[in-house]
Amino acid sequence: MNAGLAKADDGRDVVIDVQHLTKRFGGRAVVRDVSMQVKRGTIYGFLGPNGSGKTTTIRMLCGLLTPDEGTGTCLGYDIRTETDRIKRKVGYMTQRFSLYQDLSVRENLEFIGRIYGLAKPRAAARAAIKRLDLSGREEQLAGELSGGWKQRLALGACTMPSPQLLLLDEPTAGVDPKARREFWNEIHALAADGLTVLVSTHYMDEAERCHEIAYIAYGELLVRGTVAEVIAASHLTTYVVSSRNAGGLSALGHELEHKPGIDMVAPFGTSLHVSGRDAAALEAAISSYKTRGDLEWQRSEASLEDVFIDLMSRAKDNFQ
Amino acid sequence: MNGLIPTEEPRRMRGDGFWRKTWAMLVKEFIQLKRDRVSFIMIVTIPLVQLLLFGYAINTTPRDLPTAVLLQESSDVGRSILAALKNTRYFKVTELPRSEAELDRLLASGKVLFGVEIPANFERDLRRGDMPAMLVAADATDPVAASSALSALGRLVQTALAHDYAIPQAASAPFEIRTHARYNPAAKTELNIVPGLVGTILTMTMLIYTALSVTREIERGTMENLLAMPITPIEIMLGKIIPYVLVGFVQAAMIIAIGVFLFGVPMLGNLGVLAALSTLFIATNLSIGYTFSTVAQNQLQAMQMSIMFFLPNILLSGFMFPFAGMPTWARWVGEALPLTHYLRIVRSIMLKGATVTDLHYDAAALAVLMLVAMTIAVTRFRRTLD
Ligand SMILES: Nc1ncnc2c1ncn2[C@@H]1O[C@H](COP(=O)(O)OP(=O)(O)O)[C@@H](O)[C@H]1O
Ligand SMILES: [Mg+2]
Repeated sequence: MNAGLAKADDGRDVVIDVQHLTKRFGGRAVVRDVSMQVKRGTIYGFLGPNGSGKTTTIRMLCGLLTPDEGTGTCLGYDIRTETDRIKRKVGYMTQRFSLYQDLSVRENLEFIGRIYGLAKPRAAARAAIKRLDLSGREEQLAGELSGGWKQRLALGACTMPSPQLLLLDEPTAGVDPKARREFWNEIHALAADGLTVLVSTHYMDEAERCHEIAYIAYGELLVRGTVAEVIAASHLTTYVVSSRNAGGLSALGHELEHKPGIDMVAPFGTSLHVSGRDAAALEAAISSYKTRGDLEWQRSEASLEDVFIDLMSRAKDNFQ
Repeated sequence: MNGLIPTEEPRRMRGDGFWRKTWAMLVKEFIQLKRDRVSFIMIVTIPLVQLLLFGYAINTTPRDLPTAVLLQESSDVGRSILAALKNTRYFKVTELPRSEAELDRLLASGKVLFGVEIPANFERDLRRGDMPAMLVAADATDPVAASSALSALGRLVQTALAHDYAIPQAASAPFEIRTHARYNPAAKTELNIVPGLVGTILTMTMLIYTALSVTREIERGTMENLLAMPITPIEIMLGKIIPYVLVGFVQAAMIIAIGVFLFGVPMLGNLGVLAALSTLFIATNLSIGYTFSTVAQNQLQAMQMSIMFFLPNILLSGFMFPFAGMPTWARWVGEALPLTHYLRIVRSIMLKGATVTDLHYDAAALAVLMLVAMTIAVTRFRRTLD
């Protein structure tokens, strides 16, 4: 299909291959030196807090923004000069609903069918409505759909022309858990068929459902790889502390926070995660607390969330 | 969810699909126009209201125009003319001044809008066939009313004379109506107004329709989706302009029909030529409006640009003031405005029966303006969100 695609180590095509992307708005770099490779058939999770530059990066990938620095290809096409070709083969779901609110579900889909040159746009729209379980709502104006249905429609719209790459910008924001689960099952089925999906999110549990993830904060890509690789690379040692006296935990948290050797304290429900990058220093810091009878200490693997919170705080220190 | 992606790769049309994509855009714009109740109703109401408002306000045959009559001789003819003026609803003789100075004062103060002076020896000269001059002074601040009053006066006097004195009603009157230099009304006739309104109303409505089309997509956030699709600026532009050509055509037909049937404007030329050149004029204004919307940062700016463009169209096109009477620089500006050319086209076709060959310069000028606007629009269209 795309003869010019580079191969990854494992022989798979590299669908997205960008180096050192930088984008500035009014002199302020909102994306700095971002490089990433995404292989065919991968679900690539793009994580980061709000305002970290996820949308900006995705827009550069599909030709909606021109990078100030850096180069790269998407589906083998240059992201600076061949955006017309990229647009034909990429399905982009915007973060904000951007179909026509004053067009009905059917009219929106037919419009897209015509733009992408489907032979029978009406039939294609009808089929998409059926696939998306939107039957009965096809004549409803898109603007009058509830949030979940809007999301579904937007997703259906960008998959209707059978793209080779999906760029989904926070597709599950504000969607109920059941719909989110269905969405992810669907994404996995698509990837199994060879579709490549780059999906941005700020839900940690969704990161676990991606083949690979990249974490971006303040415009800088801090870490990337599989979930296991990311956790291992953090060198974080974590203890989970629970207490018979739940009220005392937050006081304990404040007490531990500033101790040398403890880099991060985060409450998780009825327990507290205490982490440090230097295992020995962490042990030393908590040794006196370990003997306390009302507390139960358990060493565990750092969660992705621990890793990201830690990455964030470090990035913030660098940034300021 | 049953599945997001079509199970089999959909068949695609061959080729680049220029017209297909333009068609997609056009259908979308039509649906949006149909859904926008206010805009849809305005397609009919704006031209209707404006035409009736301006057409009648500027244009009605004068009724009870306050008039002063100065009789410089005491003759039967003079009295007969005075009686005729009193008997018609056009004029209302409110003053009978004794001197020219008094007549001037009455006009200057605005007490009367129309003054008629029957000079001494008028009857004698008339019977001798010496073409005596009846002096008329009109308040030029309402040139149209004045000029139609003037033509009414001619007919009135001639009829009165023929009736009372058997002075034959020849093809040309046996007397002359000489308008007073100081109050010389503009050489406009009422018939000029309605054809002029066709162009003015179309300029306004067409600008409004396209001036917001791009900025609206940006402000509603739909531009991001549109730009991410394989559609080019030319396709977007044509898709956004063509539906409104149809709308403009309907409006033009409506205005011209009302002009002919309600205001009695003649239609001497070829209707097909008028339709074709009106379409060109409509497309030119739509292109200019569209250009504004690609250059403007937001809807307010686009609106301001349209108004800035609309004003010289009204003032310098020959609609308000006779084109020939304008200073050279203003005429040059006027040549760059579509309304200038369309006014010539529509007036020549309707009132003089002009043909295409008479109008090729103005038609070419419209085409050039349209292409220039489209070129600017396509080159200035922002294809990214940068
Ligand atoms: N067009 C723009 N002009 C100026 N600043 C922008 C623009 N788009 C995004 N930004 C800024 O860039 C930063 C990153 O934004 P974004 O890429 O939307 O982040 P995310 O999608 O991760 O929430 C934000 O601070 C945002 O305000
Ligand atoms: Mg975003």
